[in-house]
Amino acid sequence: MSIGTTKTHDSAHLHVTGTARYVDDIPVPVGTLHLAFGLSAHAHATITDLDLSAVRAAPGVVKVLVPGDMPFANNASPAPDPEPVLAEGVVNYIGQPIFLVAATTHLAARKAARLAKINYAPRTAILTVEDALAANSHFEGGPVTWARGDVAAGFAQATHVVEGTLDIGGQEHFYLEGQAALALPDDQGIVIRCSSQHPTEIQHKVADALGCAMHDVRVEMRRMGGGFGGKESQGNHLAIACAVMARATARACKMRYDRDDDMMITGKRHDFKVKYRIGADKSGKIVAAEFTHLARCGWSPDLSLPVCDRAMLHADSAYFLPNIRIESHRLRTNTQSATAFRGFGGPQGMLATEAAMDHLAFVMGLDPTELRKRNYYAAALGAACPQTPGDISIKRKVQSTPYGQPVEDFILHELTAELQKSADFAARKAAVAAWNSTNTTLKKGIAFSPVKFGISFTLTHLNQAGALVHVYADGSIQLSHGGTEMGQGLHRKVCQVAAQVFGVDDGSVRITATATDKVPNTSATAASSGADLNGMAVKAACETIKARMAAFVAEQTGCAPQEVRFEGGNVIAGETALPFAKAAKLAYESRVSLSSTGFYATPEISWDRIKGQGRPFFYFAYGAAITEVVIDTLTGENRILRTDILHDAGASLNPGIDIGQIEGGYVQGAGWLTTEELVWDDNGRLRTHAPSTYKIPACSDRPRIFNVALWDQPNRVETIYRSKATGEPPFMLAISTYLALSNACQACGPNWPDLQTPATPEAVLAAVNRARGAT
Amino acid sequence: MNITFLLNGETRRVAVTDPTQSVLDWLRAEWLSGTKEGCNEGDCGACSVLLTDDNGTKPLNACLMMMPHLQGKALRTIEGIAGPDGTLHPVQQAMIDHHGSQCGFCTPGFVVTMAGAHLNGQTDHDDQLAGNLCRCTGYAPIIRAAKAAQSAPAPDWMRDRPVDLDTVMLGDEDANAFLPRHSDDLAAWYLTYPDATLIAGATDVGLWVTKQLRDLGKVAFLGHCSDLQHIEETSDSFVIGAGVTIATLRKAMTTPHPSFAGLLRRFASEQVRQAATIGGNIANGSPIGDSAPALIAMGAELTLRRGDSLRTIALEDFFVEYGKQDRAPGEFVHSITIPKTAPGLACYKLSKRFDQDISAVCGCLNLTQEGGKTASARIAFGGMAGIPKRAYALEAALIGQPLSEAAITAALPALEDDFQPMSDMRASRAYRMQAAKAMVLRYAREASGQPSILEVQP
Repeated sequence: MSIGTTKTHDSAHLHVTGTARYVDDIPVPVGTLHLAFGLSAHAHATITDLDLSAVRAAPGVVKVLVPGDMPFANNASPAPDPEPVLAEGVVNYIGQPIFLVAATTHLAARKAARLAKINYAPRTAILTVEDALAANSHFEGGPVTWARGDVAAGFAQATHVVEGTLDIGGQEHFYLEGQAALALPDDQGIVIRCSSQHPTEIQHKVADALGCAMHDVRVEMRRMGGGFGGKESQGNHLAIACAVMARATARACKMRYDRDDDMMITGKRHDFKVKYRIGADKSGKIVAAEFTHLARCGWSPDLSLPVCDRAMLHADSAYFLPNIRIESHRLRTNTQSATAFRGFGGPQGMLATEAAMDHLAFVMGLDPTELRKRNYYAAALGAACPQTPGDISIKRKVQSTPYGQPVEDFILHELTAELQKSADFAARKAAVAAWNSTNTTLKKGIAFSPVKFGISFTLTHLNQAGALVHVYADGSIQLSHGGTEMGQGLHRKVCQVAAQVFGVDDGSVRITATATDKVPNTSATAASSGADLNGMAVKAACETIKARMAAFVAEQTGCAPQEVRFEGGNVIAGETALPFAKAAKLAYESRVSLSSTGFYATPEISWDRIKGQGRPFFYFAYGAAITEVVIDTLTGENRILRTDILHDAGASLNPGIDIGQIEGGYVQGAGWLTTEELVWDDNGRLRTHAPSTYKIPACSDRPRIFNVALWDQPNRVETIYRSKATGEPPFMLAISTYLALSNACQACGPNWPDLQTPATPEAVLAAVNRARGAT
Repeated sequence: MNITFLLNGETRRVAVTDPTQSVLDWLRAEWLSGTKEGCNEGDCGACSVLLTDDNGTKPLNACLMMMPHLQGKALRTIEGIAGPDGTLHPVQQAMIDHHGSQCGFCTPGFVVTMAGAHLNGQTDHDDQLAGNLCRCTGYAPIIRAAKAAQSAPAPDWMRDRPVDLDTVMLGDEDANAFLPRHSDDLAAWYLTYPDATLIAGATDVGLWVTKQLRDLGKVAFLGHCSDLQHIEETSDSFVIGAGVTIATLRKAMTTPHPSFAGLLRRFASEQVRQAATIGGNIANGSPIGDSAPALIAMGAELTLRRGDSLRTIALEDFFVEYGKQDRAPGEFVHSITIPKTAPGLACYKLSKRFDQDISAVCGCLNLTQEGGKTASARIAFGGMAGIPKRAYALEAALIGQPLSEAAITAALPALEDDFQPMSDMRASRAYRMQAAKAMVLRYAREASGQPSILEVQP
């Protein structure tokens, strides 16, 4: 059995020996040029003079391109609205590319790009959500509002109401490999090798930029050194720049951003300000909830609209909220265009709700976990006794999300109970309280938080995937699919699928680079969908070949095709057991096709984003975490002491890889909520544009005790071997970190601490002071 | 200039045309592409390599190392961590077995740092790996791998020997890069070329090249001035040569000045501490360098040399204002003298992240008590002004007072006479002031036995 067993990453050996090649490691042809962008120094201005004479004269410079030199489309946008690769007369943020330099070395290009003399006529820059609201600077013309029930009537019933505002910080992806692309001229077309989650979009954008058809552009992508959403659309600019410059010079062109440039140019997670108001009746049932999301989208739409949709779709977190209104403002500002980042708005939507739940519990004097449990969605049918999924003796009412999707797979009641037990939650809460009573300077906090995350692209047509599988005459198997490998172990999981279908060892299966000429029209590897979609497409392709081989072997042996089994490296028909390689060779010699495509489209989903109604998600992935922290009330410094996680991976395809996603997702989420602070100055210049000033978690920031377990029950819908997606959902387990820090602040005084994020030492100290009633 | 070094066990002779070319760029141009560029400023560790000299093997960031740094040394890159026959190093195998890689881009740097620590028998994995950032794994599997491999013997191929320096020509003074072997040679040369740039570990100067894209002109590499690399012990003091690395100093301070050593543990990362020197940290005059506040609090004296003349000043007097130090053209930092004991010293570093971050505030307090009252006080802060600076008003307010919460609270407003800190991306001015005051309270509370946050167990 391949499925369900722990196997290492398919490139692990290459990783540890330094032989895994990334874009910048690919040997390049003689004469390859290196590119750099010249960047805007103003947040919003008209360019009145662009003097590039010093740039052109700089050592090593071969060519310089300005917007007017772009032969066809000057557009890198993943959205319907255009986004110029090179700013056309007006700059809209500090760091926006204005011109493109090609030089003989990377360093020469970087040096030359700084020599431009640019005169600007400054315009009013909109930098904050408050500025944007005041100027009515919205995408989509104004706010988007979804509602259910009667919020006013709900609040009228409430015995307790809390309201507040939460600042939710953005987040830099900090993929260790910066953005990179390489263009190689090829007859009438071009070959692009890049670090991208979305090769098809690169193909599309490059074709538009060169004025050719998509069939003239081949994009190949073997691996990324991290993506996290930051390489869904943000690599378009580099690929287009390389393609256009390669066309202009007839030379290979490579571009990679220096880290500081990468952070200045590319988009990050959206920071949000969320205003909340929620009310409960005296039994602790939420009767009304109102959220206003103010999302800072930056200067172009990019992926902001679906990101903000997903934030709204997760405003319910894990709770049945009968009367709810969510108002979402997608605000245009003169800053980097915020983009996809693991969770895609979901974390922001959930965090605000979880903060509001804690606030309400605080005011009601109720245990926050108890308040959460009272408001969970109704349990899935049979969920209490998962061993007998057909048991319908327990009748429960299926409740729907605010957007009308029935929640039919809700397992958090049982999952919560099991985690609380395994983490010894009750005893530890008491121990924390006792510890706090004897420590004046240091205070501990402990908190629980659940995750319910919707799986599927909300743009329904993206929920499709293709694959191409070859069985060679020696029995080796090669496969390609539309997904991209960014570290998440997708290729290993997909290899396991193929090995499972053919009953062979994983070593027989080789996966190739993702390439647009192998599998066309692919979706981005995003929305946690990689294994769900591509695993199914690969399975379909393998099943097609397997059926042909089975029919052939059946004919040879005289048994029925359905009696032919593929197991243990053999093809077994009655008494005959042919080694798989032998069967492949015989099939080939009998002129049986051993190659097939496969295709998958997620069933059952439909979504009307204007109305905010439908079934956007095929299923939900669940999880829960308990985090314990300690804070220093003198300075606000804080540490994570222990984290316990129980996470739902369905019937895990590969427990080792899934646990890796959970551990990594949690720590990345904890970074977002604690040390990772993006700071822009009053001119709109990002001041934290390198790891010296932007602090992702380091080794010692991981929890001192870190227990991660899988809730190993099959997905109730038919996904690939009943597994569940694990890319994004674990990120939101880190909300427990924020809640634990808030809990520690609550131990400092009688008032609501109103902890803001990221909870840097400074933010924690401010919350401690608020708890104490000090100013 | 020509340099000679061992690269993964093989002798290489390289003609260096640009002495400020980074070792990282050179390696990658040689298609030894396993060493990665993650940040090009020494913060991520993706370019970690091992360098062996007479003092042993240490991990360093190749992006901040310049080619002349390799002269006479043995360099080992990720390509040289597995055996010549492809046998995996124990840490490589453990990283595979424990799922220590996901995207794999940081992995070569981790493996190199781990292999260096393994060779040196270091098992303080969090400290050893603080300079390697991973964005995928959350570090847990990497630490599991490090622990799993720690008891395996170090493979033979890891034991490098540096090139015999007698057979290696060091740079002559006419070359674009000068590699003096003694501070006398340096002193004479620097008098002739007072506009030259002196390069020790290049952990700051390296950024002038990689980020500011500056042309440094004439440069001297001080790594072969071994006479500057000693810590001398006298009857009442330590005289620390300017070329002593932070790593060496940290080790030497563990017993006499544990609080200072604890601060140095949080000084950047192992890769930076192994390169950076105490002289460089002082000479660059940074307001947020972490060594100065501690040294000032201890009453350190700074000895500067120009030509054949030496002069000694109080360290606090070296820092004149932001970007300006009391250093004449052709004069360089020679040594730092600190007392052998300072039992009342406590050093506090405040940053967004505990490890490998730059201080928002660094506060160092050195108080003595007599008869239940503070008899003497030397208090210095970094991050509170344009220079590392003493808190004279606060010192005066504390002297003669008991070390009580009430007395300290009464004295603390004096700190506002000492400092008007600024707001930046690390902290706001109000928070800086509040945190600096809190450090004084912490001093008293710790004196009464309260633990530090770093000591709290789950």
